[in-house]
Amino acid sequence: MNDLPSNSRTGLPVSVRQLEKSFGKQKVLRGLNLDIRAGEVFVVMGPSGSGKSVFLRHIIGLEVPDAGEIRIGDELSTNEAIGNHYRLAIVFQSGGLLNSLTVAENIGLYLSEHRLKQPDQIAAIVREKLSLVRLDPEVGDKYPSELSGGMRKRVAIARALVVDPQLILFDEPTAELDPMVGLTVGREILNLNQRTGVTTVVVTHDRDLAFGIADRIAFLLDGQLIAVGTVDEVRASTHPILQQFLTAEFKG
Amino acid sequence: MSQNLGEMLILLGETLGTLPRFWQERRKVAEQLFDIGNSSLFMACMLALFMGGVLSLQTGPVLVQRGLGSSLGGLVALALCKELAPVMMAVLIAGRIGSSMAAELGSMQVYQEIDALRTLNINPIRYLVFPRVVAIAVALPCLVIFANLVGWMGGALVAQFNSRVGVSWNTYFSNLRATVEWMDLANGLIKSFFFAVVVGVVSCHQGLTTRGGPRGIGRSVTKAVVNSIVLILILDYALTRLLLPLDNGWQF
Repeated sequence: MNDLPSNSRTGLPVSVRQLEKSFGKQKVLRGLNLDIRAGEVFVVMGPSGSGKSVFLRHIIGLEVPDAGEIRIGDELSTNEAIGNHYRLAIVFQSGGLLNSLTVAENIGLYLSEHRLKQPDQIAAIVREKLSLVRLDPEVGDKYPSELSGGMRKRVAIARALVVDPQLILFDEPTAELDPMVGLTVGREILNLNQRTGVTTVVVTHDRDLAFGIADRIAFLLDGQLIAVGTVDEVRASTHPILQQFLTAEFKG
Repeated sequence: MSQNLGEMLILLGETLGTLPRFWQERRKVAEQLFDIGNSSLFMACMLALFMGGVLSLQTGPVLVQRGLGSSLGGLVALALCKELAPVMMAVLIAGRIGSSMAAELGSMQVYQEIDALRTLNINPIRYLVFPRVVAIAVALPCLVIFANLVGWMGGALVAQFNSRVGVSWNTYFSNLRATVEWMDLANGLIKSFFFAVVVGVVSCHQGLTTRGGPRGIGRSVTKAVVNSIVLILILDYALTRLLLPLDNGWQF
């Protein structure tokens, strides 16, 4: 049996310096500078196409920046061995569950593939993580395609929790969910952060979620940061587009 | 295509790099083998039966007219085992298995399942590509053996029962036994092994590089099949030339 990465302290700081990224001629991130404190819930808001998800993919190392760097703890995010030093997890907008595996196999995938635990231990951990996200153990035998959007999202969170993460990223966690399920997912994120002290980065354009869970908020527009601060500080910003984003509502 | 070739060679190298973990992946290889056998064996036998029959029907009357009817068994057998069976089985596998591999991996790419594997520190090449390439490389030569046997039978049936051919079962198989040598069978099996690697790598490469949603998946499937067939036919010439010494007792 192998061991989990040895560094067991919770909550990792993230430091972003001069981050730039283009896809073809389109500049998506323009010199981002940002510090995310260890253990906080940091929400990145912004309109669609502002570069939020691309920023998240840079943190987890799925994209390589054109310029600049991201440091997680003492390591560069582009270091392929970062997973051997720190435990990072991401919950994708689509969930990213493997459709050919059952829910239980999805949740236990990290442990089984890295041979970290025996099958009976993995089964016990899967049951524990399912109960943490308030899902019945019987759900473990189902396939992702048999679950509702909200359940899939919670299974994805359970899978991320198996890693016992020090940094967890959420990409649009309430997208495609009704307000009640969205609220439940928001509560799960907050509970997780308060219980474990894991650094939590959430990308969303859901204002209610952001104001409900954030210690600090960053507002991204066209790949540039236009505001960073606490909920009250961001609300007090006078930037016209930010104000428009925060106050926009449908009038029939 | 040339850029793709480079990427495919890199993918092949990375796949070979995961060979030392074969034992750990044996269950996935076995699952893939079962899938390939299950979905292709009947079709392969049908194809081979008619290939043998058509060969016999096309060449039989001409040979009989010239008093060479007794050579029919050897001619059909050699054409099948050295050329037709490996190439046609490879084309069949490209169409049935390669396309489904490209579609499966393409859909996993589009729906972030492969990103999820990466973030769980699981190498997608070891987890997804290696079992598929190994399974296809084992399955295709096995299918070629079946195709040879069934194709020879098809040729014999037509030779015996078609009035324009009229070569007896005994004459057909006596000539076949006298003509075909183990090296001829090995020739076709060696070719089929390389064709299998081409189909596996091309299909997995197309799947892993899928972009742009369901339409992208469709494009990847088409490219996987077309590129596989083109490369199989090019490689067929090269391998035939390289394997000629096998027929001539290693005289170039």
